Amino acid sequence: MNDMPTANSRRQRTNMKGLLDQRFENGGFILTKLEDLINWARLSSMFPMTFGIACCAIEFMSTGTTAYDMERFGMAPRASPRQTDVMIVAGTVTFKMAERIKRLYEQMAEPRYVVSMGSCSNCGGPYWQHGYHVVKGVDRIIPVDVYVPGCPPRPEALIGGFLKLQEKIRNESLVAPKAVEKLLAKEENVVV
Amino acid sequence: MLSFDQVFTLVKDTCTHGDVVVDENATPKNIRVPAEDLKIVCQELFQNSSTYFDMLSCITPIDNGPQVGTLEIVYNLYSIPFNFQVGLKVVLPRDNAEVDTLTDIWKTANWHEREAYDMFGIKVKGHPDLRRILLPADWEGHPLRKDYKQQEYYRSIKVDY
Repeated sequence: MNDMPTANSRRQRTNMKGLLDQRFENGGFILTKLEDLINWARLSSMFPMTFGIACCAIEFMSTGTTAYDMERFGMAPRASPRQTDVMIVAGTVTFKMAERIKRLYEQMAEPRYVVSMGSCSNCGGPYWQHGYHVVKGVDRIIPVDVYVPGCPPRPEALIGGFLKLQEKIRNESLVAPKAVEKLLAKEENVVV
Repeated sequence: MLSFDQVFTLVKDTCTHGDVVVDENATPKNIRVPAEDLKIVCQELFQNSSTYFDMLSCITPIDNGPQVGTLEIVYNLYSIPFNFQVGLKVVLPRDNAEVDTLTDIWKTANWHEREAYDMFGIKVKGHPDLRRILLPADWEGHPLRKDYKQQEYYRSIKVDY
């Protein structure tokens, strides 16, 4: 009895990090919250959409190469919005493209997240003044979770954005769905 | 060898609607022709075996602004067998800019003329498919005109910063 580690001591020893790295052959079990488990599963396999609209896409591609190895975060690009949960808006969003981006976003399965990559999709970038054809920030058409600054951002910066997004997903809660509450409050206001 | 004077003489003889002027400042030298004669001049330069301009390299419109009140459209022609380049220039009124299409002589004129229409609002008579080529079909105005003002909203997205 005494040499069997309790869940508590085990958690303290390993600090609940790197679940996959731990060995299970000793027997024992892990206590966790369902929420944490779901969040962990979500943030460990974010599937970004293979989708780029300007030079930022080159850095995005480079993030997927062996040197930066996007797949160590469990991120494999998928070529269909139906199979993805992260959209990386990598490039200049023109008004002609805006409609398409909106449609792609709506085709993604929920829960879905958006990373705005680079100055252009953050705020219009170098086209902010004379770019009559550029949407001044992709957040004017779809909700954005993480903004990555840069023109274009280096792959390290984009990976930094992924880590921020993971952090955001880690803190999500099923029992207190704030986004839904906000939406409901809005609707009530409209009715009143 | 083909010389500029030869081309100029040929253009001058073909034109029937007005003066033919040489613009020495342009590179290659431009010949200004009346809008009505553009098509027959191009046809002649294309067909004549002593010139044989078989390629339309580029179409460039220029807006001189509302004060001057004119638009220019420059056709850069290239003769591959004679290795010779020349520009044809047409000056148009700004409020009713209209030229004949050259698509039945050079196929490449199709997209160039659509771009001229998209950016400058130059109407091209006889064009088989005169739609905007770069901007969305429901865009308002022609952005490369000097007095262009962008619209406030496009499909309920704010355009200004």
